Amino acid sequence: MNSLFSQEIPITWYLLLSAVLFSLGVLGFLIKRNLITVFMSIELMLNAVNLSFVTFAHQWHAVKGQIFVFFVMMVAAAEAAVGLAIIIAVFRARATLAVDRIDLMKL
Amino acid sequence: MNGNLYIRLIPLLPLAGFLFNGILGRRLPKWLVTAVALLAPLAAFGVVLWAALLTLAPMELRSWSGNGALPTAVALPYVETCPIPWINAGTIHIDFSFVLDQLSLVILLVVTGVGFLIHVYSVGYMSHEDGYARYFSYLNLFLFFMTVLVLAGNALLMFVGWEGVGLASYLLIGFYFQKDSAANAGKKAFIVNRIGDFGFLIGIFLLIGNFGTLTFSAISAKLIASPAWQGGVLTTIALCLLLGACGKSAQLPLYIWLPDAMEGPTPVSALIHAATMVTAGVYMIARTHVLFDHAPYALGVVAIVGAATALFAATIGLVQNDIKRVLAYSTISQLGYMFLGCGVAAYSAAIFHLVTHAFFKALLFLAAGSVIHAIGGEQDLRKMGGLWKKLPVTFAVTTVGVLAIAGFFPFAGFFSKDAILYAAYLQGPSGRLLWFVGLITALLTSFYMFRLWYMAFLGKPRGEAHHHHSTPWSMLGPLVILALLSICGGWVGVERFSAYLSPSVGARNAESGIAHLELILSIVAVAVALLGWFIADLLYRQKPAGPAQLAEALPGSYKLLANKYWVDEIYGAAVVKPLLNISQYVLGWVVEVGILGGLAWLLAGIATFTGAILQRWQSGNLRSYAAWLAAGAAAVLLFALVPWATVWPDSMEFIRKAAGH
Repeated sequence: MNSLFSQEIPITWYLLLSAVLFSLGVLGFLIKRNLITVFMSIELMLNAVNLSFVTFAHQWHAVKGQIFVFFVMMVAAAEAAVGLAIIIAVFRARATLAVDRIDLMKL
Repeated sequence: MNGNLYIRLIPLLPLAGFLFNGILGRRLPKWLVTAVALLAPLAAFGVVLWAALLTLAPMELRSWSGNGALPTAVALPYVETCPIPWINAGTIHIDFSFVLDQLSLVILLVVTGVGFLIHVYSVGYMSHEDGYARYFSYLNLFLFFMTVLVLAGNALLMFVGWEGVGLASYLLIGFYFQKDSAANAGKKAFIVNRIGDFGFLIGIFLLIGNFGTLTFSAISAKLIASPAWQGGVLTTIALCLLLGACGKSAQLPLYIWLPDAMEGPTPVSALIHAATMVTAGVYMIARTHVLFDHAPYALGVVAIVGAATALFAATIGLVQNDIKRVLAYSTISQLGYMFLGCGVAAYSAAIFHLVTHAFFKALLFLAAGSVIHAIGGEQDLRKMGGLWKKLPVTFAVTTVGVLAIAGFFPFAGFFSKDAILYAAYLQGPSGRLLWFVGLITALLTSFYMFRLWYMAFLGKPRGEAHHHHSTPWSMLGPLVILALLSICGGWVGVERFSAYLSPSVGARNAESGIAHLELILSIVAVAVALLGWFIADLLYRQKPAGPAQLAEALPGSYKLLANKYWVDEIYGAAVVKPLLNISQYVLGWVVEVGILGGLAWLLAGIATFTGAILQRWQSGNLRSYAAWLAAGAAAVLLFALVPWATVWPDSMEFIRKAAGH
């Protein structure tokens, strides 16, 4: 069955998708002003990297890459918890989430 | 064979008393403090007496005690050395060694004996004062250092004692440290003594350099072995030692601290600033007399300093109105006599005068103390008068003291003062001049002592009716004993005294060749003393208005004397003020603020400047950090991904050239 689904998608596509996602993340990280959006951009970058890991793991039949993905997801979950907590605290203290206006360590 | 005298106990017992009372005294009952404070010097005195007993008259005592009750006789000099060495540096070896010879034995008898009496007196005198334990711990500390000074077998150990008695003196002058004048007097004494100690230290260094040892006996032996070695560096050493002696013994030009030292409690003035510590300079010269004998010029300077100080201080004493200051200037004057005696190489006569002076001057100070104690702290002679009825015992002992210091036969001062004057007279024409100065001083001494006697005890009471303390027996007892000593102390005679001391300080061998010269000079001296008494009687008993008229008739001289020749003011303008200015402007502003402060400011400035530049990096703007991060990542990527070798083949060459190779 020589359909679209039976055919293997070339590895380049996966990597291109991963690169595009990562670049979008970097772009959002650099230009967005809202702290939550910046945080989401970071998540996007992490997931782009995860995609590359899985791709290469599939390509080389190596489990190591997939295990790495689990680690990254775990750290990302922890990071999301801590990061969101910080964001809530910052918002409570300053009543704003604009990164340009959060430029002092002290209150 | 030498028995064991345990002379190390003489300093160690007072040290134990000091440590005990100094550490625990405040928490202990008064009777225990008193007991420890008195037992320490008493036990030390006992050890000294035991040593004297074993060395002075061993033959008679041994036969009397039936051979064997007493240990074998001990020959002097007797040396005790601590087995642990003190300083071992190259060829210099210095030990803790104590030497007991005739000289140190005599001085020790005075120091511990008179010291003990003054401790007893202090029990009564200080009974109402705060800091009772502190006072006695200082007094014991003083005795410790003084006995170390006297027993020291080498110059460095003597210096330790020398500094130590200075410390004790400082602590006791400033005993009433809440009073500004007392604290200042303590500092003054300490600082002026520092000048003298500088001389002593230089002398010690020169001794090390020229003799390679500091042991007195070794230095003496070396000098005696080379009689041709005269003057030169020896004169320098002797003059340096003289400077030290002038500081400690309050001689010109360093006498200025002693009158101020009267701020301390009166028993302290008696013990430290009359009887013992201030005579340390005389003792030191006698101890190093071989050195002075080999330096005739230095010896001449000693005599001149002594005679000048004797006369100078006596003239100031004429017009002082504070009873203790009169005695202080009298002490300086009498110390001048001792220096005069040393300067004409009559060391044993000087030591003889030291001993008798310790008796009668301690007596006079203690009597003055009991007067001050009785009338409630008043020290001004003009407010006393007629005290003989109220204080009969004090009056009697003061009379003895005055007669002794004025040099009347048969009181102690007569014998010792005449011995010094006679020795001076024998020194040729210059000696006659010294003798004449001494004679004038004797006249002045007699006058101002009888002036004190008349003003304080005779006439009508001038002050208001004072609160009248009774004098306790602890104060009267020492007074009576010292009065007896002031009467009998000279009866041993200078001949026997010199003969006894001769192994330590050399024999007196000058002979006049004139028959009865000594007798004639003695009669002259007593006549002069009588004249002084007569003038005092005239001015202070017969014509009470006389002194004021005399002061008006001679305003210039009176002012000069009343202001003590303005010496304090001259020193203040010539030495203290320039030093203060140097400290404040040169050291304070240029060095402290300018150089040190500037350096600190410079370092701080560099840090601030660098920080000001680097802080721009840390803007606190999150997106700028992110941009730097992205730029850095992009640069790393660029470097890693671009195949530089094909894009730009000479790149490595370019980098090498840029680095300067």
